[in-house]
Amino acid sequence: MKTSLIKHIALCFGAAITAAGFSLAAPGAAQAETLKVGFVYVGPVGDHGWTYRHDVGRKAIDKAFGDKVKTTLVESVKEGADAERVIRQLAASGHKLIFTTSFGFMNPTLKVAKSFPDVRFEHATGYKQSANVATYGARFYEGRHIAGLIAGKMTKSNVIGYIGSFPIPEVVRGINAFTLALRQVNAKATVKVVWVNTWYDPGKEGAAAKALIDQGADVILQHTDSPAAVQAAQERGVWAVGQASDMTHFGPRSHLTAIVDVWDGYYVARAKAVMDGTWKSGDTWGGLKQGMLAMAPYNTAIPADVRAMAEKAQADIMAGTLHAFAGPIRDQMGVEKVSAGKNLDDGALLSMNWYVEGVQGKLPK
Amino acid sequence: MMRVESGVRPRLEARIGTSRTMVYLTPVLAVILTMACGSILFAALGHHPPAVLSAFFIQPISSVYGLAELTVKATPLVLCAIGLSFGFRANVWNIGAEGQLTLGAIAGGGVALWAGDDAAAWVLPAMILAGLLGGAAWAAIPAFLKTRFNANEILTSLMLTYVAILLLSYLVHGPWKDPDGYSFPQSRMFADSALLPLLSTGTRLHLGAPITLFLALGAWWVMARMFIGFQIKVVGLTPAAAGLAGFSVKRLIWVTLLTGGALSGLAGLFEVAGPIGQLQPTISPGYGFTAIIVAFLGRLHPLGILVAGLFIALSYLGGETVQIQLGLPLAVSGVFQGMLLFFLLASDVLVRYRIRWDRAALPQEAG
Repeated sequence: MKTSLIKHIALCFGAAITAAGFSLAAPGAAQAETLKVGFVYVGPVGDHGWTYRHDVGRKAIDKAFGDKVKTTLVESVKEGADAERVIRQLAASGHKLIFTTSFGFMNPTLKVAKSFPDVRFEHATGYKQSANVATYGARFYEGRHIAGLIAGKMTKSNVIGYIGSFPIPEVVRGINAFTLALRQVNAKATVKVVWVNTWYDPGKEGAAAKALIDQGADVILQHTDSPAAVQAAQERGVWAVGQASDMTHFGPRSHLTAIVDVWDGYYVARAKAVMDGTWKSGDTWGGLKQGMLAMAPYNTAIPADVRAMAEKAQADIMAGTLHAFAGPIRDQMGVEKVSAGKNLDDGALLSMNWYVEGVQGKLPK
Repeated sequence: MMRVESGVRPRLEARIGTSRTMVYLTPVLAVILTMACGSILFAALGHHPPAVLSAFFIQPISSVYGLAELTVKATPLVLCAIGLSFGFRANVWNIGAEGQLTLGAIAGGGVALWAGDDAAAWVLPAMILAGLLGGAAWAAIPAFLKTRFNANEILTSLMLTYVAILLLSYLVHGPWKDPDGYSFPQSRMFADSALLPLLSTGTRLHLGAPITLFLALGAWWVMARMFIGFQIKVVGLTPAAAGLAGFSVKRLIWVTLLTGGALSGLAGLFEVAGPIGQLQPTISPGYGFTAIIVAFLGRLHPLGILVAGLFIALSYLGGETVQIQLGLPLAVSGVFQGMLLFFLLASDVLVRYRIRWDRAALPQEAG
């Protein structure tokens, strides 16, 4: 366990290598055969969130390489026994680069990769790599930090509602990054979390948003993929922050901004690496700087000074002078987890399973 | 409220002496009609229908690997459907096979996690037993509520499904979480001794498949040859006669629900000890619910269910293949499966009933 953790962290730091290589250079001229690229999605391409954004990335590959690539997608693949079959079928039908875009596809991806050493696999959000399985993810928590600053200034009730999907580190990290920034600008504000146990269920997400609004929340954050919460916020006249894609048109009055996933650059770079024969396994955890996430256009209702603060935070994060988890950080019990002057390291971020001060309720364990 | 309606009005009238041949032919007829209408749909989407049908029904099973995958996919469907068919025959409407499957996976998987890396030979049989018991225990709750309080088993078994899924979610997020898994919701991988042996290298065909086949034959024997099978059929067809004969309806509720639960639990255990190899929040893509369709498609007959399970499994595999090979969206497969069920139910009704067109002005109860 220890060695794998150390190795993993090492890989994380080494990740910038791939991230730095994002460029839209022309594909290799000597490439005669078409590269077939497969995508395995956990949701429908029309979810307006997570899967939709991966599909935008897939289309970016099509656009960048034209006839030199052929992309294939399989949508709504369940994270059970089915995943392995779909991944294997893609590998067996000549796809030389396969993106599996959900955490639950990790073990099936590794299993299939063993039988197809000449096929490259890219697994989103996982932590196990092998010679032909690379992992990638984005530092969405950087976007959560900016959302926290804005929410802290916009709230009147000082109650923020947060819709969580599953209590995994990725989501907990988002809640914590948001809460830390929120309380930096508004020490009175607190965060109420509702877990819906799904990534995509517009009915549940909408109901959770309404329940939070009924409890006094006037800004709704979500770590789920449908725009239902933004719609509910629009209906009730409170603020909302979208997830994964720009959800402005689902609630133009309420949509403050959104943390937008941007896979285009990474996908194009990785496809190009396979074509050039330079593909290497590893882990990529890129942030705002590497362009793996972006903030959706800010609502015009946000005052100029708040907007300026958000823009400055974004610039500072990109410049490396601001870290979303800069100490001092205390947990819910008031125990200091990070001392002043230090940042929480990637290992702690990747396995985060505690709430910071200001989050109400207990983290389900 | 009374109103008068005039003109021609269709009415269903039961046919006297429904043809036995037709009852068995309707699924075939439904498949042919689905293929015909599906072809029109595919042509309208700009695809060559024979190519789509071939990708749907032939390519997925044109290799040994494909056949093995078909069997792997059909195994849980057939197991759950056979379990459900006992109840359905006796008018016991267990809708909660999905939850019983989940509990089987939890109980059997729990044994595997408890045994850890211990390579003892008893681990797998103990897991199978735990899977059977876990599923049966979950089905015992609706059985108790039905026999004691006359609570509707459709509701109780369905609601318990959500409880089971949340229980699994709690366990993999909490006490059974892999300590080396970065807090992700999943258990440790099971030790090799806790996995079902594979029957053919290079495939995922596991011991669960032949066990399922054996159980299907056994179920047929029970229904056709044993007294309990006779009782189940009598209670389902003519409850009054069953009462006169002194058959205990309560006992049959217990027997059918426990059997159904045990078989669904076994299906769940086969999934986690077979292709998945660990506990995780999603174990089944709804096998327990799809099994209801499989049970009726197979005419509640164990051997019919075997065929129906393979066919529905093929429709899922085909749905993946047309996405990969032809780029058809998943929704098209859904429409295709929906057509199949529509035609099956429609021809079923028309075989058992005839449409009468009444030409009369009748006073009519409306509402």
